[in-house]
Amino acid sequence: MLSQLPILSAITFLPAVGAVAILILRVLMRAEDQALLERNARGVALFVTLFVFALSVLLVVDFDTSQAGFQFVETIPWLPAVGISYKLGVDGLSVLFVLLTAFLMPICILASWKIERRVADYMAAFLILQTLITGVFCALDLVLFYIFFEGSLIPMFLIIGVWGGAERIYAAFKFFLYTFLGSVLMLGAMIMMFIAAGTTDIEVLLTHPFARDIQTWLWLAFFASFAVKMPMWPVHTWLPDAHVQAPTAGSVILAGILLKLGGYGFLRFSVPMFPDASAFFAPMVFVLSIIAIVYTSLVAFRQTDIKKLIAYSSVAHMGFVTLGIFSVNEVGVQGAIFQMISHGLISGALFLIVGVIYDRFHTREIAFYGGLVHKMPVFAAFFALFAMANVGLPGTSGFVGELMTMTGAFMVAPIWAAGAALGVIFSAVYMLTLYKKVAYGDLTNPRLESAQDLNMREWINLGVLGVGVIWLGFFTTPVTDVTRAAVGQLVQQYQSAQTPEAADMAPIEGSS
Amino acid sequence: MAYIVVFAPLIAAIIAGLFQRQIGDRAAQLVTTGATIAAALGSAWLFVDVALNGNARTYELATWMAVGSFEIAWAIRLDTLSAVMLVVITSVSSLVHVYSWGYMSHDPHRARFFAYLSLFTFAMLSLVTADNFIQLFFGWEGVGLASYLLIGFWYKKKSANDAAIKAFVTNRVGDFGLVLGIAAIFAVFGTLKFDEVFAAVGDQADAVLTVFGMNFAALELIAFLLFVGAMGKSAQFFLHVWLPDAMEGPTPVSALIHAATMVTAGVFLVCRSYPIYELADATSAIITVIGAVTAIYAATVGLAQNDIKRVIAYSTCSQLGYMFFAAGLGLYSAAMFHLFTHAFFKALLFLGAGSVIHGLHDEQDMRNMGGIYKLLPATWILMLIGTLALTGVGIPFVGLGFAGFFSKDMIIEEAFMAGMDGVPFGLLAFWIAILAAGLTSFYSWRLIFMTFHGKHRGDPETLKHAHESGWVMLIPLILLAIGAVFAGGLFVSDFVKSGAMDFWAGSLPPGPYAEGNYGPGATGHHPPAWVLVAPVAVTLIGFLTAVYFYMLKPDLPGKIAAKGGPLHSLLLNKWYFDEIYDVLFVRPSRALGDLFWKGGDQRIIDGFGPNGVAAAVLAGARRLARGQSGFLYHYAFVMLIGVVGLCLWLLAGAEV
Repeated sequence: MLSQLPILSAITFLPAVGAVAILILRVLMRAEDQALLERNARGVALFVTLFVFALSVLLVVDFDTSQAGFQFVETIPWLPAVGISYKLGVDGLSVLFVLLTAFLMPICILASWKIERRVADYMAAFLILQTLITGVFCALDLVLFYIFFEGSLIPMFLIIGVWGGAERIYAAFKFFLYTFLGSVLMLGAMIMMFIAAGTTDIEVLLTHPFARDIQTWLWLAFFASFAVKMPMWPVHTWLPDAHVQAPTAGSVILAGILLKLGGYGFLRFSVPMFPDASAFFAPMVFVLSIIAIVYTSLVAFRQTDIKKLIAYSSVAHMGFVTLGIFSVNEVGVQGAIFQMISHGLISGALFLIVGVIYDRFHTREIAFYGGLVHKMPVFAAFFALFAMANVGLPGTSGFVGELMTMTGAFMVAPIWAAGAALGVIFSAVYMLTLYKKVAYGDLTNPRLESAQDLNMREWINLGVLGVGVIWLGFFTTPVTDVTRAAVGQLVQQYQSAQTPEAADMAPIEGSS
Repeated sequence: MAYIVVFAPLIAAIIAGLFQRQIGDRAAQLVTTGATIAAALGSAWLFVDVALNGNARTYELATWMAVGSFEIAWAIRLDTLSAVMLVVITSVSSLVHVYSWGYMSHDPHRARFFAYLSLFTFAMLSLVTADNFIQLFFGWEGVGLASYLLIGFWYKKKSANDAAIKAFVTNRVGDFGLVLGIAAIFAVFGTLKFDEVFAAVGDQADAVLTVFGMNFAALELIAFLLFVGAMGKSAQFFLHVWLPDAMEGPTPVSALIHAATMVTAGVFLVCRSYPIYELADATSAIITVIGAVTAIYAATVGLAQNDIKRVIAYSTCSQLGYMFFAAGLGLYSAAMFHLFTHAFFKALLFLGAGSVIHGLHDEQDMRNMGGIYKLLPATWILMLIGTLALTGVGIPFVGLGFAGFFSKDMIIEEAFMAGMDGVPFGLLAFWIAILAAGLTSFYSWRLIFMTFHGKHRGDPETLKHAHESGWVMLIPLILLAIGAVFAGGLFVSDFVKSGAMDFWAGSLPPGPYAEGNYGPGATGHHPPAWVLVAPVAVTLIGFLTAVYFYMLKPDLPGKIAAKGGPLHSLLLNKWYFDEIYDVLFVRPSRALGDLFWKGGDQRIIDGFGPNGVAAAVLAGARRLARGQSGFLYHYAFVMLIGVVGLCLWLLAGAEV
């Protein structure tokens, strides 16, 4: 029933409409009505994001999980001369990211309730950000995709640069430099694809057989962009700085969704469109993933800033995603998608956790804290839950993704899984040490005496995420059923596209 | 019934954990204790139904994961093996719950404590009732979590926090193996369900896995990886370092988790996967050696410890070594039998030690004890029973004795027979077992003598306030003592002798005695009489030595220790394992972390990457823009132009 309505356009652009409404309000209202304006801005933002979330739930409910192709497709000719059209659609690979975005947004708005500076602008920036990110996941045209993909940087950029911490300019700048390099290369690759295939329609491009030598260059160009977004080692160093400087909600979006653009890009472009190149470069990706997992875990262990620690841990967890994607078997890819969604919830929650104490004490130094459990038991309980989820404890969603990606990688070559499994050890080391230093021990710092436990908004945010993390930890089929058909097709096409000489990668020789 | 057994503790844990403020401490205690007692009664019923009456079955509850053939269900699998574990877990757990009413009565966080205990019980139950490797892993990590929480229960203490992290991380090292083992099983068998995997084991006997260009027999590799997991959980040599430190937790926790149940999970895993191990000879040999080394290593360290709980902890470690080498030799039923009896007497010893500690107001150092048997008569007698059971006192050929006599001596006998039969390292294990039995006897009696006999060496003030524990603590001890006395004699036939074939009903190989090949009255070769007498004899020697050192010449040990020979400090310092690991792993990790962070990230990547470029760009931009304030909008604007430019270009390009 939804398929007759332009539901994807609605989900994508309603937030932008909300943003425009807020900005119009801002222009219309007089300066002395600041308080009213701010209240309205918050209200509008929350209402719009909740409404979009409801629509997204409907979308997923109505999504036909038995189909591998695109659904809810909307096509409007845009530049008919070149065959560029405004085309939206979702399949099993993307629909859950739409939902994830819509799910995290109201949480971000709630988490930003106490923002003091330029509230209306802030809310508008978040709403525009939502439009652009959702657009990335829905776009079925290269040009549209590129606009959304690059455009999503701009509001993020502003959020860090305007509402960020003391070193925000440096962080935003670094963020920009890294992503800019990748973007230029991706843009070039897209032009090349257009020249080679004569269309910008992603649905058509997915079936277009690119010549092998072109694939290599295209793959590398896309890789440059997606690897930065992921981020993969060694182009990850923008992330810790960006996180540290970003306001809490900015970090939540950054870790929760923006990082997933890279993984989504691999699944949408690199693997299905350039299968030969993917197979060729897979060992390199594996090596980089393993380095990311081990290296950044060790770095995380030595951090003195809570946010940086969690940022580095994000890089390590994204290493599992790339590992799973490029194992290109059903378990691995499903695991990668699951890991992305799970990480969206867990890292989002962890950044909210940091935000809770940052709001109270205005420092992220681990050494400042200690013994919080005595004053903030509920906070400590939530922190423990998400710390354990980050460690990948079974019964939380973090476990499922790690297990499946490792299993997928094992089926390609056991050594990759062994490297990744080292991360299982290290994550326990740095998370538990962090938890011990922040929550346990005696309350020695007198400034912590006044600590107040969670307020209602924080409770709701963390509670909702906690339920999600545990629910997905016990029942994974709500996710994997949605992605099954699309992943199955992806894996099948990838395997059938392999030229015979690349096919003998299976490590297991049965007795037969 | 199975649902009640498994889920009652979970529900109780949730109620006590989340609503402790609303319902109060007393209600939390009632609800958790009631739930575990219900589970214990249910387990007893299931034991009769499943193990004795042979109604093995599996309930599938819900789907957990389903990705292609990667299909995992939440299930309750009931066969004899899991039924035995159910009885052990729920009975010890419910007694520990009751005991904790007394032991923790002064703690302000009792509700949380009971919630953790019940949570642990649930995790352990889900582990043993799993019908696939993933649910097993769920329980495996769940007990690890509960153990972490309970070791660090007194979270103000730094030592407790450090011990908790050490336990969790060391277990994670084991999990590294276990996870890979699970992945390997899926890669080879395409399924993770026990029944399907074990049915296909024969077909995969020749399968090969390639790691770094080297070919490994798939089954050996899987078996080894699973065993690495078991080593972590069961504190076997190399990964044993966490167990003694885990004694930082409250004593009831040590009894339940670090003696009777969780640490035996590794033994359970090996027994559960026995079809794989039957075909993995090399790995089985490794298990034998590691088990035997652990048995003797822990026993030697136990000789020199002064903390009453640590002595028992090392004893646990040593006894787990017995179970492992038995499993390595293929004597799964004997290993499970020892697991079963050990749970009772080791829990008894720990709770008894807890009663002593409680009675002496948190004194744990045996050097400050002595001469208190008159003050704590009941505890003393119960500890004596535990010691008699642990050291395996009994009369050979007659079949009379304490629990340990049946189970430990069974392992020793069967190890001898296996060794004579040509199983690798069988005889080595046998001799080590004999030696370790002597040491066990020595350190156990040393504990009794130092704690209860001789002159009191501690603060006389403490002695004045010393008191016997109340009934709520003694009754669990008495029930455990009954188990420690009778569990062996009562079940020996079912577990390892004539009834074993029917009893295990295929869930485990019943062992050599059951098959009628060996043993009294069978046609095969008997173990010679001296093999039966030897363990009892060395136990007696150990006892007499302890009497000599600690009753007749109580000054002697102090002098030896004071002289401080290298051997003594080696033992006292646990062979310096902590120090070695610190140098080998902990410090290099820190150093590498710093190196990667400051050298790799900051100097190399940032230095040559963004900062280098930034410096160059900034230098140029400064000339243009004369300031930094507008930069962000600037870049954003540039990007927008880029996007617009792309559209224009495409438009133009197409028209050409």
